[in-house]
Amino acid sequence: MTRINELPVMEEMNLVTAVTHTLRQEMQRDPSVRVMGYDIGPIGGVFRATEGLFDEFGPDRVMDTPLSENGLLGVAVGMAMRGERPVIEMQFLGFMYNAWGQFIYNLANLHQKTGGAMKVPLTIRATFGGGIKPLPFHSESTEAYLMHTPGVRVVCPSTPAQAKGLLAAAIRSDDPVVFLEHTKMYRAFREPVPMADYTLPLDKCRMVQEGDDLTLIAWGNMLHYSIAAAAETNASIEIIDMCSLAPLDVAPVLASVKKTGRCVIVHEARRTAGPGAEISALINEYALEWLKAPVKRVTAFDVFFPENQIEDAYLPSPQRIKAGIEAVLNYQF
Amino acid sequence: MIAPPPSGPVPYARDFAHRLLTDMLRIRRMEEKSAELYGAGKIRGFLHLYIGEEAVAVGALHALQAEDNLVTTYREHGHALVRGMSMDVILAEMYGKREGCSLGRGGSMHLFDKRTRLFGGNAIVAGGLPVAAGLALADKIQKTSRITACFFGDGAVAEGAFHESMNLAALWQLPVLFCCENNLYAMGTALENSESQTDLCAKAASYRMPTIKVDGMDVVAVHEATRQAQARVRAGEGPLFIEYQTYRFRAHSMFDAELYRSKAEVEEWKTRGPVHTFTARLKQEGKLSEEEFLALDAQVNTEVAAAVAFAEAGTWEPVEHMLADVYTPAGSQP
Ligand SMILES: Cc1ncc(C[n+]2csc(CCOP(=O)(O)OP(=O)(O)O)c2C)c(N)n1
Ligand SMILES: [Mg+2]
Repeated sequence: MTRINELPVMEEMNLVTAVTHTLRQEMQRDPSVRVMGYDIGPIGGVFRATEGLFDEFGPDRVMDTPLSENGLLGVAVGMAMRGERPVIEMQFLGFMYNAWGQFIYNLANLHQKTGGAMKVPLTIRATFGGGIKPLPFHSESTEAYLMHTPGVRVVCPSTPAQAKGLLAAAIRSDDPVVFLEHTKMYRAFREPVPMADYTLPLDKCRMVQEGDDLTLIAWGNMLHYSIAAAAETNASIEIIDMCSLAPLDVAPVLASVKKTGRCVIVHEARRTAGPGAEISALINEYALEWLKAPVKRVTAFDVFFPENQIEDAYLPSPQRIKAGIEAVLNYQF
Repeated sequence: MIAPPPSGPVPYARDFAHRLLTDMLRIRRMEEKSAELYGAGKIRGFLHLYIGEEAVAVGALHALQAEDNLVTTYREHGHALVRGMSMDVILAEMYGKREGCSLGRGGSMHLFDKRTRLFGGNAIVAGGLPVAAGLALADKIQKTSRITACFFGDGAVAEGAFHESMNLAALWQLPVLFCCENNLYAMGTALENSESQTDLCAKAASYRMPTIKVDGMDVVAVHEATRQAQARVRAGEGPLFIEYQTYRFRAHSMFDAELYRSKAEVEEWKTRGPVHTFTARLKQEGKLSEEEFLALDAQVNTEVAAAVAFAEAGTWEPVEHMLADVYTPAGSQP
């Protein structure tokens, strides 16, 4: 695995500039990489993630498409079977529902159904997450729907340098990959990103901080809230970035829980049958005897994304996460 | 009122005429056998027979080139066969045997074959259309002279994927030949109960796509129309929509009560059957003798028997393979 902080020549980037930089680098490296989506050409995309690429690579590599989410995913599958590596921009994950047909019927299952004969190397970059207040279908976290689909890899970076490594790996992978970009994090902070090209494994979670008292699991923007919440407690908290959501990298979670005996899972996704339910179930199946308290989930609620004024109450906050941590730390069987 | 049976001269040399007849017979006999095997429990799930529609796949696919891409539906045994997949492999896939084209995982509705550039049957109505547009987009960008032929039924035109694909192909001027097999019914629903506009060419024309309507029971008409159509698409004129007016003689899948159409209607269409009308035309022109016909048929039956033996001798995928191939081997660390 690449140690990204050992690579020379860094440049400060935020998440969205890291995405643009990676797309450019991958397009320079491999002529079969083509980005496609709505308003992504001369306009540079609704979040400016493809800014400058049209000028550099032209209309055959940076392709504006109609509003045809379903059609476009099917087109990408066809291209991928013919040796191209399309990278689709899904303006918002909430628009994926329109594309569900092609996503399931062709994109996800072709490789398995054909016994490996057909490969579908493509990437869907989808923005998701709450915080910038664009209201329903532009804010929700529906990664559980994706995780429930065999054949698709799902990754979610929480830092610019990680975004670069995971996006490059997603583009180079022969599997279809959904790469989730949290809109609230796009311009939230900068960090040094190596200019050399590198990849990160698509099936490995990331140890953020080691600790002995409790395992805290989060991804995307919730990882940052979780780090803040953990810093507010006096406990020694182990924090895991579950950046690889499908396949779910569960071994490090089990090892951590066996050490700490306690676990809190934080997500913006709705509670019922959310990713936390799966992680909790795995801990119960494989690490129950080590638990000193029930696994706790700090999540959004089982309603559609609410209006702006109450969005902050809907999403887990550092305060709610902290309260969850303390409840688990103080739990007595 | 349906049209009279196809008739008139067959403008082909004996060899090619025999090729067309043989391929229609191969589909017919293979599927008659499949129906029997289904009854015997050898083939499970669904089995959508093409019987009655053979002239479409045979006439159309013989107008394409080997390098072209093909996308089809769940009623695709005939397309796969004419395209050059061996009958052995097709039957093995229907059986669910490992010797099938997809290790038996896809079955009757999901025939795939890289060698013959068959990019799939598809269990989903209109499921293949966007993929066909994508294959064609790749060819357009890569500047090849390939075209993509995409087969689908009249039922597909009610799906959003049909309209998205028509628009994308026309907007981007992609080399796709949209081959609509209009057999008047989608399962139990007649076209007029499902479409506000039953003239399917009018739908395609609304995307500013040229259209051709042809008698799908007449292998000569199908072949001639498709030859012209594919040449236009290959020449860079953009996509073209061709409607083959045809009819399925059997139930939708293996069994249905056929409450949606009368026996008389089916019988009337059978008078237009592609195999016997073409045979009669060839005989009338002296391009086929009864002995030759019997010899062809015997040869086809031998092929079918060998394919059944191949499928019977095939092996089942071991249960340990169930979790295989969800991802590619190196997918996580490219
Ligand atoms: C999306 C979808 N809806 C429904 C079905 C069930 N179904 C299977 S075949 C079929 C009829 C399709 O008819 P048509 O496209 O005319 O093709 P034909 O069977 O006549 O060849 C239907 C409704 C399906 N497979 N996929
Ligand atoms: Mg039909």
